[in-house]
Amino acid sequence: MKNGTVSHSCCRMLLFPLLVYAVLFTHPALARPQQQNTKEELLAVPGEIGRSGGRLVVALRGEPKTLNPLIAVDTRSREVIGVMQADLVHINRATQMTELALAKSWKVSPNGLEYTVVLRKGIKFSDGQPLDADDVLFTFRVYLDENVHASQRDFLVVGGKPIVVRKLDQQTIVFQLAKTYGAGERLFDGMAILPRHLLEKPYQEGKLAQMGTLATAANQWGGLGPFRLKEYVAGQRLVLERNPYYWKTDAKGNRLPYLDELVYLFVQNADAQVLKFQSGETDVISQTGAENFAALSRQQHGYTMTDAGPGLEYYFLFFNLSEPGEKTSAEMRQKQKWFREVKFRQAVSAAVDRDAIVRLVYQGHGAPLWGLVAPGNRRWGDEKLARPPRSLDRARALLKEAGFSWSDGPNGESTLLDADGKPVEFSIVTSSSNANFSKIAALIQDDLKQLGMRVQVVPLEFRSLLDRVTQSKEYEACVMGLASYDADPNSDMNVWLSSGGTHFWNPSQAHPATTWEAEIDHLMEEQMWAGTFEQRKKLYDRAQEILAQEQPIIFLASPHILVGAKNVVGNFHPAVLEPYVLWNVEQLYFKAGPVNATR
Amino acid sequence: MRARRTFAKWLVVLAVLHGIVVCAGFFAPYDPVEQDRKSPYLPPVRLHLVDAQGHLHFRPFVFSLKSREGSFDQYEEDTSEPHPVTFFQSGARYRLVGFLPCRRHLFGAANARIYLLGTDAYGRDQFSRFLFGGQVSLLAGLLGAGLTLLIGLGIGAAAGYYGGWTDGLLMRLAELFLALPWLYLLFALRAFLPLAVSPVEAFFLVIGVIGMVGWARPARLVRGVVLSAKERDYVRAARGFGASPGYLLRHHILPETYSVLLTQAAILIPQYVLAEMALSFLGLGVPEPVPTWGNLLSSLQHYSVLVSYWWMYLPALLIVPFFLGYLGLASSLQEREEAYKIESWSPGSLT
Repeated sequence: MKNGTVSHSCCRMLLFPLLVYAVLFTHPALARPQQQNTKEELLAVPGEIGRSGGRLVVALRGEPKTLNPLIAVDTRSREVIGVMQADLVHINRATQMTELALAKSWKVSPNGLEYTVVLRKGIKFSDGQPLDADDVLFTFRVYLDENVHASQRDFLVVGGKPIVVRKLDQQTIVFQLAKTYGAGERLFDGMAILPRHLLEKPYQEGKLAQMGTLATAANQWGGLGPFRLKEYVAGQRLVLERNPYYWKTDAKGNRLPYLDELVYLFVQNADAQVLKFQSGETDVISQTGAENFAALSRQQHGYTMTDAGPGLEYYFLFFNLSEPGEKTSAEMRQKQKWFREVKFRQAVSAAVDRDAIVRLVYQGHGAPLWGLVAPGNRRWGDEKLARPPRSLDRARALLKEAGFSWSDGPNGESTLLDADGKPVEFSIVTSSSNANFSKIAALIQDDLKQLGMRVQVVPLEFRSLLDRVTQSKEYEACVMGLASYDADPNSDMNVWLSSGGTHFWNPSQAHPATTWEAEIDHLMEEQMWAGTFEQRKKLYDRAQEILAQEQPIIFLASPHILVGAKNVVGNFHPAVLEPYVLWNVEQLYFKAGPVNATR
Repeated sequence: MRARRTFAKWLVVLAVLHGIVVCAGFFAPYDPVEQDRKSPYLPPVRLHLVDAQGHLHFRPFVFSLKSREGSFDQYEEDTSEPHPVTFFQSGARYRLVGFLPCRRHLFGAANARIYLLGTDAYGRDQFSRFLFGGQVSLLAGLLGAGLTLLIGLGIGAAAGYYGGWTDGLLMRLAELFLALPWLYLLFALRAFLPLAVSPVEAFFLVIGVIGMVGWARPARLVRGVVLSAKERDYVRAARGFGASPGYLLRHHILPETYSVLLTQAAILIPQYVLAEMALSFLGLGVPEPVPTWGNLLSSLQHYSVLVSYWWMYLPALLIVPFFLGYLGLASSLQEREEAYKIESWSPGSLT
């Protein structure tokens, strides 16, 4: 489980592949919607009653790589797959709690090892084929097959053993776990149920990975999500159309989704995204930076910008604490001596002006951060965690205790010297993809100058940055950001565990390098198997406190989720979990109005 | 005569502009890297003569700006107290012309800050950054052009004087250099360098790179001049008396190339300042927080800055006089050269 979680969420959060598919498009043969079947057990969702019709356009930063949930690792593919597929149990992005999806009900055995899931009756895939327990069995067989290399597999290996899936009857499936799993049914979120009738043959032929390219003919691909494939134009757009068999209705029994079409326009960067939204080409926008948010807010013509509040993104600074190898230079060893000194890290943390980051980088749309749990996470933050304000005096005192001293230069500037009399100089690498990273680093650079540290900021292309941090380990310090995809602590397992690939300060350790890392490993493992929320919270709080004490990662700030939508878009309720604005895409609709008339 | 006058005029203009930049510490009111974190994106200050009560002041004054409640970059003037502009005020430490420790600044205000060109995202004074940035950018241009001309002169003279296969080889090399896509080579070069380059190293790197790139054109010009000069009668005569190639080049041939080199310098310097700006704009130049003209303009890459903060364009406008000065100088040099040619040749051609 441990290793698995690492690779899965690492991919999910960090990878932004740049592959572009040059493909030929084959026009889809459209399936005709059938009369509503009275036997269907549809799910009625609460919310405003909308109007049918219309096409919603949204910009996507670059093309998705694939439509195949088995091989999708980049955020864009996952976003698109999210609206074409459905899971048994789903995490409601607004409440952050689980709710029924394809499952009509689920039951957990008293020992917590057996989940009995009953499927809704009469549900059909987007191509009109019925869904039954065999599809679910097939899905989990594929996910668990090691030859398929599905990223989902890691989640389905609980306590070192794969989950055993059994069919009781055509509607009922039993999942048998080897160990109680703390996060419980959250496990099923994002586990798209695959169409057996389309994928069984390729699976037997070992060709599953080739399925679901963007060039796939529309009638060759199906899912259980609110939209299905209609058209893909390389380099320009992906058009999805309404799934006429979708299994949700509104409170009045009208079948969802309301929209006829959902169009993803591929754009190059954030600025292009903003321009498209401002010119009215797109209807909603998310992941807007604070500066673009302010620029868009100044002139709101027919749209409204919303600060959805604190999200699950967190920005942090860390030092290279990896084990020195043969190639490590003497200079680097000297620097790592400072970095390994906990008082040095605590001093840096004390000197960083988190409020300035929030004000200057996020223009106030953010929150200072002292721990891994972002303020958008409502249940898991440790209230007891110390949140000391910035204090240069405390930082100086800590450095003094650790044996550092200062020498005065001719211009009145002072230089921090270590115990051997060497000046403290290091560089901070950061991603050049987003101006916010460089800005944060520039502020830290200035903060640390006041302690006498000479810091240089080096913006790098994101891929090479990640390579340096996790593979070659040729860097000194780094400013980075991550977004948890779920509020549950298990989603950040790869950051916590010393064996994790994104345990940034010293990734992929064979054995924990320090006693406190070993203790965190132990606490996190234990909370994973603990039965109740209270037990888990207690263990998790302790882990947060250790992290705050040792400061291997110096947490800086968490930006708010800034989104916008045209005023004619109804049921627009942005969430702080991904996908921020399209999580309830089946309920979005266009209100009656002059704009809508042209659609 | 007219050409000589315009030449002097442009020379004075450039001397004044460079004088201001060299003494940036005195003319700039603040330290260029100091962050005033309460005032990000502050618009340029307004100088007043009439206060809130309608009284006329003979000494210009400013009102301090405070941010509007709940906003990030909206400011209003606090008209309760005028802060008169003071001159020769003591302020941030600096070194005049690079070595004299000093604290006097041309202007300032006792209890307020005067941001003539507004502030950037970190609340740093754009005006101070512009002046200090000029030191880096102009010096890079001057040294880069010097390096180019030195290489160009050496290669051009060798090719022109020795001729034959030397000439052929050097000129094919020059053509290769003219044809290379330099920007991409620079990207590649930067990737090979160590991760963190200190500002001083980066500065010399930039000079080295832009200096090495442009030698081909001056080398071809010098070659042309040398080719014609070495066939002049007085050169042949000197050679006949047994002068060595080094002597001939030094005393008879290279002096002929000076006017070409001067004109080239006047053209190359602004070009290289621009090259430095392009490199810094793309993040390949001298790193932040050291101000350079390219760094100053690099924030304009962002749409939100383009549409929200007009004063971020001002450095681009202020650069214009410098470029105008150099180009004016170059054209007057060319004119002078032609006038000189006519003056010196006409008696000979009449006989």
